[in-house]
Amino acid sequence: MKNEAIKVLQKKKKTILETWMKFQLADEGLREDLMSNEDLRVQSEELLNTFVDNLKDESIDDPKNSDFEPVVDILTGISISRAKQGYSPRETGTFVFSLKDALLNVLQTEIKDPQELYMQSLKISKIIDSFGVSTFETFIKGREEVILRQTDEITEISTPVIRVWDGILALPIIGTLDSSRTQVVMESLLQEIVESGSSIAILDISGVPAVDSLVAQHLIKTVSATRLMGAECIISGIRPEIAQTVVHLGIDLSHVTTKASLASALKTAFALLQLQVVKKQKVAAISEN
Amino acid sequence: MEKIPILRMGSLLLVTIQVDLYDRLAENLEADLVQTINKTGAKGVLIDISAVSIIDSFMGRIIGNIATMSKILDAETVVVGMQPAVAITLVELGLPLKGVLSALNVEKGIELLTRKIADDKEPEDADDGDSE
Repeated sequence: MKNEAIKVLQKKKKTILETWMKFQLADEGLREDLMSNEDLRVQSEELLNTFVDNLKDESIDDPKNSDFEPVVDILTGISISRAKQGYSPRETGTFVFSLKDALLNVLQTEIKDPQELYMQSLKISKIIDSFGVSTFETFIKGREEVILRQTDEITEISTPVIRVWDGILALPIIGTLDSSRTQVVMESLLQEIVESGSSIAILDISGVPAVDSLVAQHLIKTVSATRLMGAECIISGIRPEIAQTVVHLGIDLSHVTTKASLASALKTAFALLQLQVVKKQKVAAISEN
Repeated sequence: MEKIPILRMGSLLLVTIQVDLYDRLAENLEADLVQTINKTGAKGVLIDISAVSIIDSFMGRIIGNIATMSKILDAETVVVGMQPAVAITLVELGLPLKGVLSALNVEKGIELLTRKIADDKEPEDADDGDSE
């Protein structure tokens, strides 16, 4: 004998979908900007069909039953894609929980016996609640993936190696330097030195908010590594506060070439490469004389 | 037994390490090189390690030793073509190879050495000029 609720739900699939859609469209969290109503309808219909088809006598009492795996799979896909599209957790939650309202609505009109209605509603509630929880789990997972990807992108973006001149590289460091970032900075700098055959690297730290002994140690390591490669390293963009901290901490930077600004570092680099920057007009004036 | 060739280029010696250095080989290289510097009166030594992908603390020390020994024999040592990974490893090991000059490639190494040798000669020439 089939459970009465299952029979009702399978028979009234159309009505449930209509009611569910009505609830979703009426909800103020509806995001027409992110997904068209037709797409939402297709998504809802697919989920509802899979859910109702997999609702069986043995699975209705057990939300963790393996019969629900296809439903959970669909939910996982939906919530991950929603997390990436920028839906809020509330909007994603409403999507699942409005299905419960629709299902219960139909049960209420179809099952007359109060005792039976209560029992069946409870079971359906339990199942949908468990779906809700797994939706949130995957939603958060989706969000975390987004965050991880962004972190990677930030690390990539924040360490550009610029060729300022033939044989001169500049590397502006923005943000705090920790060991993992120093590693990235060092690797990309050394790689670029090899590729471009540059003999001078300028590390600009004007974007580094604070220098403590650990950051200083990282900087010294980077300078030593560039020296080992056969290039000279200049640290520029040292703000007065940083100079103060460095001295107060007793960090020895005497064997590192330090300059206050990128401009003066570039000047030093030109001098090392025996290059000279000359004003055009002046040359003309001299040659006229 | 394997041997690392030491090539003579004018007043410079070129050592190209193309195999993974094991300890014995490194020690032999050290002895060979010092002998050759003595015999040829070389003013500079280029050690090309562009093919070396792994350097341990022992190798780091050997290179440091070679540099110090050459210095005593009046020859400058330049390590050329170090891989980025090797440089990072050496720094992490706390071996910044003090007293060893580095250059990006053999060409730049030769340039650096010739300049160094010329710089060393100049003051003597100047002295000669004064005394005459």
